[in-house]
Amino acid sequence: MVDATNDTVGNKAIVAFLHNVKKSFNGVEVLKDISLELHQSENLVILGRSGSGKSVLIKCMVGLIEADDGDINVLGYDVRHLEPKALNEMRQQVGFSFQSSALYDSMTVQQNLEFPLTRNLGLTNKTELNDKVIIALQDVGLEGTAQKMPAELSGGMKKRIGIARTLILNPKIMLYDEPTAGLDPITASEINELILSVREKYKTSSLIITHDISCARHTSDRVIALVDGKTKMEGTFDAIKDTSDADLAPFFNY
Amino acid sequence: MPDAIQTLLLECESIFRFVQKLLKQAVARPFEWRETVRQCFEIGNRSLFLICFTAFLSGVVFTRQSRPSLSSFGAESWLPSLVSQAVIRSLGPLITGLICAGKLGSNIAAELASMKVTEQIDAMEVSGTRPFSYLVVSRVIATTLMMPLLVVFADVIALFGSYLTVHTINNTSLQLYLNEVSVVITFLDIFSSILLATFFGFAIGFVGSYAGYTAANGTSGVGKAANNAVVISMLFIFIIDLLSLQIINLFR
Repeated sequence: MVDATNDTVGNKAIVAFLHNVKKSFNGVEVLKDISLELHQSENLVILGRSGSGKSVLIKCMVGLIEADDGDINVLGYDVRHLEPKALNEMRQQVGFSFQSSALYDSMTVQQNLEFPLTRNLGLTNKTELNDKVIIALQDVGLEGTAQKMPAELSGGMKKRIGIARTLILNPKIMLYDEPTAGLDPITASEINELILSVREKYKTSSLIITHDISCARHTSDRVIALVDGKTKMEGTFDAIKDTSDADLAPFFNY
Repeated sequence: MPDAIQTLLLECESIFRFVQKLLKQAVARPFEWRETVRQCFEIGNRSLFLICFTAFLSGVVFTRQSRPSLSSFGAESWLPSLVSQAVIRSLGPLITGLICAGKLGSNIAAELASMKVTEQIDAMEVSGTRPFSYLVVSRVIATTLMMPLLVVFADVIALFGSYLTVHTINNTSLQLYLNEVSVVITFLDIFSSILLATFFGFAIGFVGSYAGYTAANGTSGVGKAANNAVVISMLFIFIIDLLSLQIINLFR
């Protein structure tokens, strides 16, 4: 097993990498030999059109979808060959923000945030739980929503609570699946700011899946453009935004 | 290999893996005590009124329907024995099983399926919170434990309904009625009824959970899961009832 945490590029350690990853569904190849590296404290944006395999890629990273071939290494864990116990250990160090927010709709916001704490850390002390929930809600700017049900929240608020629920376990890596999808430009910009402030406060490395150019511009240190399940281009946003590539140019100029 | 057979075999493999996971996680630590107790309360409490009401009506109707036939042979005094044997051996578990299949099976399947299609189960999975044991194992154990209790309630209420009917028509005393019942009901009848209910409970919990947990295709998948859960668990109930009848008859 290659330990991702031992490899470095420049001064930054590699916290996760994918090497020649392939995935097909019913004979249709969704990921074709994808390779990438995520560095310590980096915001890496995977940019691509709908159906280009972006979401499949991050679901493969946390073992929600099984890749057909290749190596996936996250925080030193060889994801494709992990026993359930080790897989859980790895998952507890990786925060995953879903496109749909995926809040538990039968629980209040407070219960949503307490759930990973009681289940993973075995915390039962009410005061301790309450303190952690308050801090997580403050970090996403939603104090005062603890007793609300998810159905009472707006789309942007749900996204923030979803992020707070992952932050409460102090993850080392954050995976954002379309964090600004379906949001108005102002709320989307607030989410972009939140992604940056999460990195500052929690020192996380983030992989952000998006088709939103504005999100990519604001949050990325580095961008990988994905076209039809293949890496088409890689670099900083400024370096690739003026590309003349026939597949990517319309995307940046739309 | 034809597509239909391939699909069937894949489904069988999926069911086998689900059972395997269920049995493995049912004995794995940490055990979901709190959620299992909560589910037991939800499942038992949620179904109690409906089951008691239906059992009472069944007791009354069955007694009224059987009375003319027995009267024509001058065997009206056998009514308590006939009704109690029918209720305890088959009617009680069957009515309770069918109602629970409709009510609990669809509820479990729809709840889990909607969690599945809105990625809530995936969210539990990626945060390492063991959703299978929290959502599935607790529900299957709860239905398995609660069904026998519900059947005991149903049996008692159905017999009470029957007694009220017999008492209204023939002015039979409660003591005489219970005496007639106790003469014909054996330990095997009660034991087999409870065992039958346990199997029904497992079938309802398992089918509902499987249909919900493996749901796909968005909101239409939720409806399909609930529908499948009801139809398949009812089918299972009749099959288990038939098989258990054959086996129990060997001991009679």
